[in-house]
Amino acid sequence: MSRLDLIALAPLIIVATASVAAMLMIAFFRNHKYTAIVSLVGLALALASLPVVATMTPRSVTSLLIVDQYALFYMGLIFCAAFVVAALSYSYLERHDGYHAEFHLLLLVATLGTAVLAASTHFASFFLGIEILSVSLYTMAAYLRHSDRGIEAGVKYLILAAVSSAFILFGMALVYAELGSMEFAQIGLRVAATGVHGLPLLAGTVLIIVGLGFKLAVVPFHLWTPDVYEGAPAPVTAFIATVSKGAVFALVLRYFSRIDIHAQQPLLVIFTIIAVASMFAGNLLALLQKNVKRILAYSSISHLGYLLVTLLASGHTAVTAAAFYLTAYFVTTLGVFGVVTVLSGRDRDADSLDDYQGLAWRRPWLAGVLTAMLLSLAGIPLTAGFIGKFYVVAAGVDSSLWIPIIALVINSVIGLFYYLRIIVVVYARPPEVIAQEPVHSLSGSAMLAGLTAVLVWLGVYPGPIIDIIKKTIQSLI
Amino acid sequence: MILAWLIMIPLIGGLAAWLLDQKNSALARWISVAALILDAALLISYWPTTSSQLTLIDHRWLIDTTWEWIPQLGVSLHLAVDGLSLLLIALTLFLGIIAVVCSWTEIRERVGFFHMNLLWILSGILGVFMALDLFLFYFFWELMLVPMYFLINIWGHDNRVYASLKFFIFTQAGGLLMLLSILGLYFIHGRDTGVYTFDYSLLLGSSLSPATAFWIMLGFFIAFVVKLPAFPFHPWLPDAHTEAPTAGSVILAGLLLKTGAYGLLRFVLPLFPGAAVTIAPWAMILAVVSIIYGALLAFAQTDLKRLVAYTSVSHMGFVLLGIFAGTMTALSGAVMQIVAHGVSTGALFIIVGMIQQRIHTRDMERMGGFWSSAPRLSGVALVFALASLGLPGFGNFVAEFMVLLGTYQTSVLVTIVAASGLVLAAIYSLWIVQRVFHGEKKGAVKLAELSSRETWMMAAMVVVILWLGIFPRPVLDTVAPALNAIRNSSTHAITIAPGGAQQ
Repeated sequence: MSRLDLIALAPLIIVATASVAAMLMIAFFRNHKYTAIVSLVGLALALASLPVVATMTPRSVTSLLIVDQYALFYMGLIFCAAFVVAALSYSYLERHDGYHAEFHLLLLVATLGTAVLAASTHFASFFLGIEILSVSLYTMAAYLRHSDRGIEAGVKYLILAAVSSAFILFGMALVYAELGSMEFAQIGLRVAATGVHGLPLLAGTVLIIVGLGFKLAVVPFHLWTPDVYEGAPAPVTAFIATVSKGAVFALVLRYFSRIDIHAQQPLLVIFTIIAVASMFAGNLLALLQKNVKRILAYSSISHLGYLLVTLLASGHTAVTAAAFYLTAYFVTTLGVFGVVTVLSGRDRDADSLDDYQGLAWRRPWLAGVLTAMLLSLAGIPLTAGFIGKFYVVAAGVDSSLWIPIIALVINSVIGLFYYLRIIVVVYARPPEVIAQEPVHSLSGSAMLAGLTAVLVWLGVYPGPIIDIIKKTIQSLI
Repeated sequence: MILAWLIMIPLIGGLAAWLLDQKNSALARWISVAALILDAALLISYWPTTSSQLTLIDHRWLIDTTWEWIPQLGVSLHLAVDGLSLLLIALTLFLGIIAVVCSWTEIRERVGFFHMNLLWILSGILGVFMALDLFLFYFFWELMLVPMYFLINIWGHDNRVYASLKFFIFTQAGGLLMLLSILGLYFIHGRDTGVYTFDYSLLLGSSLSPATAFWIMLGFFIAFVVKLPAFPFHPWLPDAHTEAPTAGSVILAGLLLKTGAYGLLRFVLPLFPGAAVTIAPWAMILAVVSIIYGALLAFAQTDLKRLVAYTSVSHMGFVLLGIFAGTMTALSGAVMQIVAHGVSTGALFIIVGMIQQRIHTRDMERMGGFWSSAPRLSGVALVFALASLGLPGFGNFVAEFMVLLGTYQTSVLVTIVAASGLVLAAIYSLWIVQRVFHGEKKGAVKLAELSSRETWMMAAMVVVILWLGIFPRPVLDTVAPALNAIRNSSTHAITIAPGGAQQ
């Protein structure tokens, strides 16, 4: 490993260093505020290192990792999202009893895992990334130990993630046994020569898809999602919904574009079924929910279904669409869960629809943010979600994927029902008795204002970000 | 630049109304009126120069401005107006001012937010009438839905949640079909020519196979017909109209429905000339069914507002008929009907709103004999009821007569059936007058007379509808070049260069 390799790995090293620093700090001087600052500074530094590293890409660091524009783009997204989650969780945790410094340590480690995923080109780094991420998430989901639901969420996530890891490992073993390599590039070459035909190879690939499907929470591997979303603290839910899924999707896109999914008919069929089923199941089940976090859980299932359309589609439009849609999805999801976080009180999270009744007349700005975010999820103009959905539909039409696209259109209409249902409640008359509300938090308000600004900016003037995405995706195709 | 300002002024005015509402709710109303008057002044200041240009045939667009927006996708901020757009913009601003004035005392809660929504709808509608980039068009098309949804949902009547949801989902579903069609057109054009663009003037020249053209056209057609609305895509309309506050109904009937007609004229006919001919007989059948069905259902209502809503279905059937009849006379009649119906039905909704504000019901069983207590209100109502039934002297007569005359050259049978709609219109219009304003007094309800604000507002509307009926020439002259261009591009399918005066 040369000096340049180390520089190329700077983002990962900075996050790792920040987590060690946080750990040492907790050992000697346990203070929530300073640990939070360490984690925020660490993430900001990691973000700042990206442009520097970008000048020397693409660079393979050993056979495990590749630092290319694609990886850096997703790392940027991940670091930004983690920064927002860290800022949101500070004031959220302050409202709860207990020691909170360790939370930021876990957050940094989980972020490190996702960054590794974005850069991995080898089964070993892929698995390491997944595990670093998952182990931190078990603890984060169950971080509020006095909450039964939190513990339930943590245990549920632990069991299912462990099972899915086992699936992934077995799948990797089968693929390795058949092809004799664990490097994505080599696997790609050998698959291109033979196709995914032999049973062991097909079975291995499918097992990997099952494992990744758990992480992405797509149908039929979605059963954990609503419970974990509901039980985990709101900022953690935001992290799971964005950073964790986004990084895994970046990996899925890299792996399956290496083995050229468009030439592999069976895989295309599998992903089409998963995508369409996710859209329908997510949206239809969301209609039945009364809990805001559960609605958002099902909504995220359907959004991952939309996102999978970009995996099925081929060409530049598709990869650009994926990156743009994920960006929009990150901003929007962080925004929605940000509002939930800010409204959550000491005893429980603001996850019942009643908590939002008449919000528009009690806290107009917050209601405005929530409305903008929900409209973005529904894909209404002026928001990032609109351009994102537009891009996904464009990618689908470009590749003539009529079945998923028609499913997407139908589901956009179904989705409107429950997004509007929340909006209706927000603009309804306020209840007579208003429960005590948490005090305004400066960090939360700042993050929400920033997210809304980005949301509108992406929706109104997406040109610059599309340029960045176009530059970065060239390393993938 | 003037076009961008036309859209921006209501946007800014709405924002200001919302922000300044905390101190004084009257301020929000005045700001809204001022913004719209400023907009109208801007338009009028421009009008004289255009009227001389209107005669120049080579000027396809009177004003034509383009800025870059998302060059990576071939999306530009391409705004342009021709006579048709100009006329509809004028209608938008007129009805916009009326809508603000008519809600002066009706809306008492959250006044600032109400006016923000109102003005933002108007911005969206103005954008729809000017956008010449399909992406931009779709953007505005969707944009006007959200504030309209809020308008119905927050300030509507008892069943508002259901009505607003139904409205949103119907139009959104239609819009998504249009999005698919826009993208289909975009990629086909891009593959054929290598130029990926959403620009209207470039897409005009794209050559499609008949089958493809038909399917793509169908997406546009359904989206526009849902908005129009024609049978069987109308179920959202009675609910949305009935539950909306008066200003919302005025804008829905007067403007939002017209965006559908405008879309058919601007996009379906010129972009898919062949496919438009294929679907024309079906569209005409839908139109005739709408005319008869809307009128029959109107007759069956006891809710006065719902009755007026159903008459919209009937009247908009004439617009659809005129657009697809294929003659210049019918086309001009359709445009005339767009304007006349906007004013007359808007006025009827305002009258219903005023009655409801006074006696707190829309049920016709509980109305009667209003003429003695409120002669001015009743007189105005009679004027617009007569306009609605197509009495000569009012704009609606000119419009419906021209549509029928133009259709006669294409299909005698369709004309005969459509003309019977006029008889039904006479029945329900006179029925309203008979039951509500004449007849016995029911209960001790005494209807208060028009206030001076209301009198002036209604007087303005009466003047406009009479002017349209007696001297329709300026309107027809304004739109004639635009309609000729639409007909030319649909008969010869020639490419029209994006020329015109650069502003």
